[in-house]
Amino acid sequence: MRPNPFHPPVSGPEYVGSNGEDEKGSLPLTPSQTVGPFLAISLPWADGPYVVPEGTPGAITIGGKVLDGAGEPVAEAMLETWQADPDGRFAHPDDPRGNGAGTWGGGAVGFRGFGRCMTDAAGRYRFVTLRPGRLPWPGGATEAPHLDVSVFARGLLDRVVTRIYFSDEQAANVADPVLGGIADPDRRATLIAAAQPGLPGEFRFDIRLQGERATVFFVV
Amino acid sequence: MTTNPLLDPRVLPSYPRPVPGVHPPLDTPAYRSTLLRAPKQPAIVLPQGLTEVTGPLLGEDRVVVADADLTTRHAGEPLGERIIVTGRVRDSDGRPVPGTLIEIWQANAAGRYAHKIDDHLAPLDPNFDGAGRCLTDSEGRYRFVTIKPGAYPWANHRNAWRPAHIHFSLFGRAFTQRLVTQMYFPGDPLFALDPVFNSVPDPKARERLVCRLDMSVTEPDWALGFRWDIVLRGREATVFEPRERGRERR
Repeated sequence: MRPNPFHPPVSGPEYVGSNGEDEKGSLPLTPSQTVGPFLAISLPWADGPYVVPEGTPGAITIGGKVLDGAGEPVAEAMLETWQADPDGRFAHPDDPRGNGAGTWGGGAVGFRGFGRCMTDAAGRYRFVTLRPGRLPWPGGATEAPHLDVSVFARGLLDRVVTRIYFSDEQAANVADPVLGGIADPDRRATLIAAAQPGLPGEFRFDIRLQGERATVFFVV
Repeated sequence: MTTNPLLDPRVLPSYPRPVPGVHPPLDTPAYRSTLLRAPKQPAIVLPQGLTEVTGPLLGEDRVVVADADLTTRHAGEPLGERIIVTGRVRDSDGRPVPGTLIEIWQANAAGRYAHKIDDHLAPLDPNFDGAGRCLTDSEGRYRFVTIKPGAYPWANHRNAWRPAHIHFSLFGRAFTQRLVTQMYFPGDPLFALDPVFNSVPDPKARERLVCRLDMSVTEPDWALGFRWDIVLRGREATVFEPRERGRERR
């Protein structure tokens, strides 16, 4: 523990904001803190795990467990996913390809791009979504289909970020610039969701926070 | 499937990475739950592509005005000190972040969460569930009416107590801006003893987690007002290439 107690100054009537500007004139960031154990009071959404409604034609499921350094399930963790639609488009004004329409299929299938799922007592989660398309990358490279994932839990003072790729997209994965930046094939393999034999459209992706097979995490 | 559409590199924004000292290191042993959960291997720098500079723009259909008042959602009024918590959400370049979803959760005035796994021997309040949400307005402003949460004990170490706090979750407009944090109240004597609060390395950054009493927010004969401004990562419209400002993970 740091012996550095902070006692904020008493505010006066002249006070207008709680953030000072730094020497560069930019506002200093608000620090992250853990979600703690009680996030379920506010954060779960009934439709959170359904990026598209269950039963949507072409829907896939991605499920698995979140495990700690002892191999124990992490319950009451929250996973969030963000991904392109099957055409590789984002319902967002900063997608520079002019995707004004927003959601895939003209919104007809209710594709949201975003998923949020709590883990259960066994550390399990499950998303229903559509397989994202490939994405352009500078210099002509192409990103393989992937989802960005944020993991929040008690014991994580900041979210950790990883990516989900697909085991049946081998050619695209080989050409992916992010996977290509990870030299160790065993580490790279932690980012690949495994197609489940005999269960078309179902993928397994476990997140290991620590240990020999720990998932690769990213700084964004 | 998209096959290499023309991507104009001049218009994709990038989000410079936070300077060291702002966000807590994941490996903070004084907070015991980190021991088996904080990743041990260094994180890999992810160049910001389309997935990272976009993000969910949610909320309109998930929020009603009443969600921002945690004191009026039940049959009676909750016990405790009624307070107003308000402020602005901006990015580090000073731009307001409008229309972004804020979700909060907190203990009641007695320091008890309305959650089945909270076993603190303090009373639940049938008139308080501790959950709220709102969207920021066009200037990035938000405002909640709630009850001042109590301090509570936790199992981190012997006689460990959390300073009173409200949890905040914010999306911003891009995956890179996502933030979950906690807001604290001024002058709390538990600050010096709390490993979560003290996990923020820079004392000036820690200070930014503390709201301030503001008499212009306070409503006479009704509720004390506190102001807390939130700053998310800034955005640069620049070339589409990895930007490496230090290797510290965010």
